[in-house]
Amino acid sequence: MYFPSHSKNHRLRSVTSAADRRIMTVMVHRSAPAVVVRDLRARRGKQPVLHGLSLTVPRGLVVGLIGPSGCGKTTLMRSIVGVQVVQSGEVTVLGRAAGTASLRARVGYVTQDASVYDDLTVRQNLQYFAAVLRASRDDIDRVIDATDLAANAGQLAGSLSGGQRSRVSLAGALLGSPELLVLDEPTVGLDPVLRVELWALFHRLADSGTSLLVSSHVMDEASRCDRLLLMRQGEVLADDTPDGLLSATGTHDVEAAFLALISAHRSSDPAGREAADS
Amino acid sequence: MNPRRTLATAGRVLTQIRHDPRTIVLLLVVPSLLIGLVAWIFSDTPVFDTVGPAMIALFPFIVMFLVTSITTLRERRTGTLERLLSMPLGKGDFILGYTLAFGLLAVLQSAAAVGYAVWVCGLTITGSIWLLLAVAVADAVLGTALGLLASAFARTEFQVVQFMPALVFPQILLGGIFLPRDQLPDALRAFSDWLPLSHAIDALQAVASDSQDAAYVGGKLLIIGAWIVGAVVLGSITLRRRTP
Repeated sequence: MYFPSHSKNHRLRSVTSAADRRIMTVMVHRSAPAVVVRDLRARRGKQPVLHGLSLTVPRGLVVGLIGPSGCGKTTLMRSIVGVQVVQSGEVTVLGRAAGTASLRARVGYVTQDASVYDDLTVRQNLQYFAAVLRASRDDIDRVIDATDLAANAGQLAGSLSGGQRSRVSLAGALLGSPELLVLDEPTVGLDPVLRVELWALFHRLADSGTSLLVSSHVMDEASRCDRLLLMRQGEVLADDTPDGLLSATGTHDVEAAFLALISAHRSSDPAGREAADS
Repeated sequence: MNPRRTLATAGRVLTQIRHDPRTIVLLLVVPSLLIGLVAWIFSDTPVFDTVGPAMIALFPFIVMFLVTSITTLRERRTGTLERLLSMPLGKGDFILGYTLAFGLLAVLQSAAAVGYAVWVCGLTITGSIWLLLAVAVADAVLGTALGLLASAFARTEFQVVQFMPALVFPQILLGGIFLPRDQLPDALRAFSDWLPLSHAIDALQAVASDSQDAAYVGGKLLIIGAWIVGAVVLGSITLRRRTP
């Protein structure tokens, strides 16, 4: 699912060229996964959310983290970024323990609600994040172009629509070309054209070596990912390519595949779920 | 910590405030208006000359405490703090950046309050007006630093507003405005010696009446400075990158 369009060619080039610098290092490490999670247990507030979860995110791909609201997607992403208190388990990101200081410039994180300053303009927001990340002035223009915000660069973030604000948030995460992007529902509330453009951007970034973990509760976005992690109630039900998932479950769309997996999971392990829930 | 990131944070906070002119006007004008009101209340008595210096300590301190604690809490609530802490920003960069930005506002606010009290309300200052301003600024920065610290322990706006009466009111009551500190019961007097606002009020009164030498005022300034540094360091330590 890749939608290159001629009008976006300049954008495509700018994203690629900025990432070119890193391609060599990425190729060296390509074999090692971007994220390895082993036996992760975590609570969100007082509620146990992840009960011994394990998964792997390979490098250079767009990996979709798909599951209903409340299944633990955000808690998992926060654990990977290193802002979540975890009870036990191991989270390794780009070869280091999650939350290590040296990872903070190498991992870009976009929270579900746009985390931008409403009383700053789009450009002022990005200037500040660039100063923290030590990204260059050119990089600000690059991410503004990549997220299609050039026309709004001088506007206060608070005066933008929800979709525009979340693109400012995304633009901030693209600064400094991080090796891993963790995006929590980045396409919620966007119009279909923009959604397609953003998924095209994600694939361009992946093609240039960036690893992406993108969460969504919208099943039809799953087909746009290189790989899928289907999550429910704090557990990973499936880790496969979209096509592999459909053929394994004998279904024609991801929603049906998800339902088939849930019923198979229930019949194979009726007591296990109850024990983990209590 | 890194000076460039600290300054970028301070610059960002000031840019945010620049987009909100009403806040700037309120910050600069409200303490002066309150001092004017006190002067008016006591217009036919000699009282203003004794409580006036304390008012210069009081109003900027309270205003800066509130503004700072609510601004940083807002940062926590909107997710920008979580974002910053997932980025290579030191916790000290964050706290010190805020202290610098609001410290600059505190200088302007204190200058306005001192100027208004002296030239409009006719407060008699026997000592150095620059020393008076220095103490007033230190006191307003103290409000900022304590506000930063308080917001670290508050999760909601309701909680942070409660910290005002909890942390600020006892300092006002025991600071020597209602009753000179040497007439307080012994236990309260000893306790008030540990409160930074007491020293700010002592210093301002000493400068206003020129009753003590510069070393005395310098000592008081040192105590306030120690409180500022302590609050900033404690605020940085209590900031958590990982939250439940």
